Amino acid sequence: MKKTIVMTAMIVAMAMMPANTWSRDRGVKDELTKTECGACHMVFQPRFLPAVSWTNIMSDLGNHFGEDASLDEESRTKIEAYLVKNARKKEFKYIGNGTQPIRITEIRWFKREHRNEVSKRAMKRAGTMANCVACHKGAEKGQYDDD
Amino acid sequence: MKKTLLVISTAVMVALAAPAFAGAKQDAVMDHYKKLAKGSFSAERGKAFYSAVHTGGKPATPSCTSCHTKSPTGTGQTRANKPIAPMALSKSPDRFGDLKKVEKWFGRNCRSVLGRECTVQEKGDFLAFMYSQ
Repeated sequence: MKKTIVMTAMIVAMAMMPANTWSRDRGVKDELTKTECGACHMVFQPRFLPAVSWTNIMSDLGNHFGEDASLDEESRTKIEAYLVKNARKKEFKYIGNGTQPIRITEIRWFKREHRNEVSKRAMKRAGTMANCVACHKGAEKGQYDDD
Repeated sequence: MKKTLLVISTAVMVALAAPAFAGAKQDAVMDHYKKLAKGSFSAERGKAFYSAVHTGGKPATPSCTSCHTKSPTGTGQTRANKPIAPMALSKSPDRFGDLKKVEKWFGRNCRSVLGRECTVQEKGDFLAFMYSQ
């Protein structure tokens, strides 16, 4: 009887912990990438986009979604190599025009996941859909299951 | 004795006129621009440059203040909603200590705000203003 109570209490305690308590840190580990990308925005994990997307993004830093994010060639090459190495393995199949997306927010699963999920108030606080950490507190560690 | 007092009071006045927030690294960065410049730098001109609404750059960011707020002691915000630490050295004493980083940001932001590279004079005036704040 006592054993059952203890077991039950433990199960209840475990269930009450946030889902990401035991998740490992899946965030970006490369310091240069963290510093340079993170100077302006949340450091997105490379696994969101396939290699060709990262290559395209890194070849046009002078116009980085409307911003000038130019880097010296040494840093640019190093960061691109890290992103490509850790990129999503498969390209997206459903892209009709043959180009892979460069905006994570335009990926079909992303849109599906967020449909009717973000209130006007939350959006105002976040400012942009690219500001993952506004709602997903563990986003920098690659943890998004807290919604 | 009188002379000593005079020297001390003069030193205090000079110190008050030009508050010294800059460390050795910041001085080295300023020296780099001083060597390239023809004249001297002015914090007043830097202030005007910082506050001015420029043309030629991107419409969303016509001024330094677009992202860095009206006062260099304010906390700014990037377009992706990340905070930008104040530009003023009194608030961010580690700023402007790395020439490579300073040049990187002058390059990006001058092209965004003015649509061109900044001149040595503009950079020096800008730094003089930030060093004084």
